[in-house]
Amino acid sequence: MSNEKGRFGVYGGQYIPETLMNAVIELEKAYQFYKNDSDFNRELTELLNEYAGRPSRLYYAKKLTKALGGAKIYLKREDLNHTGSHKINNVLGQALLAKKMGKTRLIAETGAGQHGVATATAAALLDMECVVFMGEEDTKRQALNVYRMRLLGAEVIPVTSGTATLKDAVSEAMREWTSRIADTHYCLGSVMGPHPFPTIVRDFQSVISREIKEQLLQKEGKLPDAVIACVGGGSNAIGSFYHFIEEEGVRLIGCEAAGRGIDTFETAAAINTGRLGIFHGMKSYFCQDKYGQIAPVYSISAGLDYPGIGPEHANLHDTGRAEYVPVTDEEAVEAFEFLSKTEGIIPAIESAHAVAYAMKLAPEMEKDKIIVITISGRGDKDCAAIARYRGEDIYE
Amino acid sequence: MSNKTTDRIREAFTKGKAFIPFLTCGDPDLDTTGKLVRAAAENGADLIELGIPFSDPTAEGPVIQGANLRALRGGVTTDKIFDFVRELRKDITIPLVFMTYANVVFSYGAESFIRTCKEIGIDGIILPDLPFEEKMEFASLCKQNHVVLISMIAPTSDQRIAMIAKEAEGFLYIVSSLGVTGTRSEITTDIDSIVKVVRENTDIPCAIGFGISTPKQARKMAQSADGVIVGSAIVRIIGEYGKSAVSQVSGYVKTMKDGMKGL
Repeated sequence: MSNEKGRFGVYGGQYIPETLMNAVIELEKAYQFYKNDSDFNRELTELLNEYAGRPSRLYYAKKLTKALGGAKIYLKREDLNHTGSHKINNVLGQALLAKKMGKTRLIAETGAGQHGVATATAAALLDMECVVFMGEEDTKRQALNVYRMRLLGAEVIPVTSGTATLKDAVSEAMREWTSRIADTHYCLGSVMGPHPFPTIVRDFQSVISREIKEQLLQKEGKLPDAVIACVGGGSNAIGSFYHFIEEEGVRLIGCEAAGRGIDTFETAAAINTGRLGIFHGMKSYFCQDKYGQIAPVYSISAGLDYPGIGPEHANLHDTGRAEYVPVTDEEAVEAFEFLSKTEGIIPAIESAHAVAYAMKLAPEMEKDKIIVITISGRGDKDCAAIARYRGEDIYE
Repeated sequence: MSNKTTDRIREAFTKGKAFIPFLTCGDPDLDTTGKLVRAAAENGADLIELGIPFSDPTAEGPVIQGANLRALRGGVTTDKIFDFVRELRKDITIPLVFMTYANVVFSYGAESFIRTCKEIGIDGIILPDLPFEEKMEFASLCKQNHVVLISMIAPTSDQRIAMIAKEAEGFLYIVSSLGVTGTRSEITTDIDSIVKVVRENTDIPCAIGFGISTPKQARKMAQSADGVIVGSAIVRIIGEYGKSAVSQVSGYVKTMKDGMKGL
């Protein structure tokens, strides 16, 4: 779907300082080589299976299905991966690639902390140095993950510029990469940024949809009617969608963080409230004012609290192949609680956005239809924040 | 492109080594920016870079980031800056170039932005997040409107230098060091060898920016290049003195220009 310049329709591109151009060109060349290299693929598969615990389960959520009274619901359990989210899929791929390229140091941005934890984990395993940039606001919301990263040997740098959230962590990681390129790989955590990142991250995450397809064919003998995933930058969503893009009968639904609602300024829904722009290396949809100043977005979920969306999603939206729906904080928190009580599965607050939309959609669908929800991560990290949201002050 | 704009930029490099100060429009307010432009021009600035603030300037260090946020908080907008430049052009004759980010131009409507630049007398545009590979979208509009799209070369550009230099217009912006803008105690990049490749591929002047703050550094950089660009050192003075920074900045510009005399 992408051409040689890393475009998805009009989206994507390489809007970065000249200082970084040779770095992304070198990365693209290395990726083109290693993605077809059998040793690289063998090593990566072994890491994914033996270390990260793939394939992840496709679990039939019988009680949730019954409670909603409509379509049959399966959960793609990315929360069961080592480190607790889908982020490890991409990180193991990029870390191995960086190592092959002779890099000795990984830098990363993180919102909820899941990508930071995954990167710190891969760095520990592969004997690499690791520095993670995290918005200061998020270091407070996700204090447990900050400790996990430090425990794993990474340095966590709180970012105080701008809104002190995910977008600022990305900006700061880009600034750091500009100042130290020779030994450093920027391990971007989502399908965003300059080419080739949206393609590389998508390829490493596409294992999710490849497994869903195989597992569901085995269990049900057919493809799902809808695949639902949450979208910030959009890596677990594109991973969940990818092998279904050509399957026209499968509805692909991305759930954006509406925060306090898309009719308020406290939202992070880039497709539902943003417009076309150029930021963080890519052309895509961004929440911004009429002069192109990036909006200070908001969501209860630190992982979805980002003003943009990956370029491939922007194109899937334009072509109508995927739908992008807004889900509010309140709906996500209700789904977080509902899934915990009905299935005994505590989803990440990010993933709870996808659960929330499935709770609306499933009752409208026939009982012989199938919905797959990607549970992109586990919710332990969110318990304290959700308790606070419900007015209960607990200490971690 | 032989026209008034390129002639005016070329002219700026004929009075000894060019000194190019950078000012963030609206920091602390446009009235002060106007006074600073006039003070800089009177004290030896040959060309001025006017920053249109952006909420998330990823190529800037903390000093210029701070100026961007101060200016935006003060309520400055692209339209207000256009009006401000229109007013400046009544008496300021040296070349003025905008330095901003791709989204500021794109979001305004590239055609309308660039047409307005021509109309108000802006000579060029510098967009640090627009590398060679992405420039066409803006370059053709710039050409039509006789506004120069300035190209940048970095210490990591290596085999890209020739390609960039061949198509460069106005002047070439050579980034002295890795990293973002901000003063540095030492610049270790081999500027001479970069400039050598540039000269083999173009006859437009080249100016060096990023990290320069002292007359001594300016003199050293100007030995190989045709001019120097100073941003953070000036913005820091403005951050410290606010509306009363004008005399400080005047003195600074004069010292820097004098520091390059006789080269």
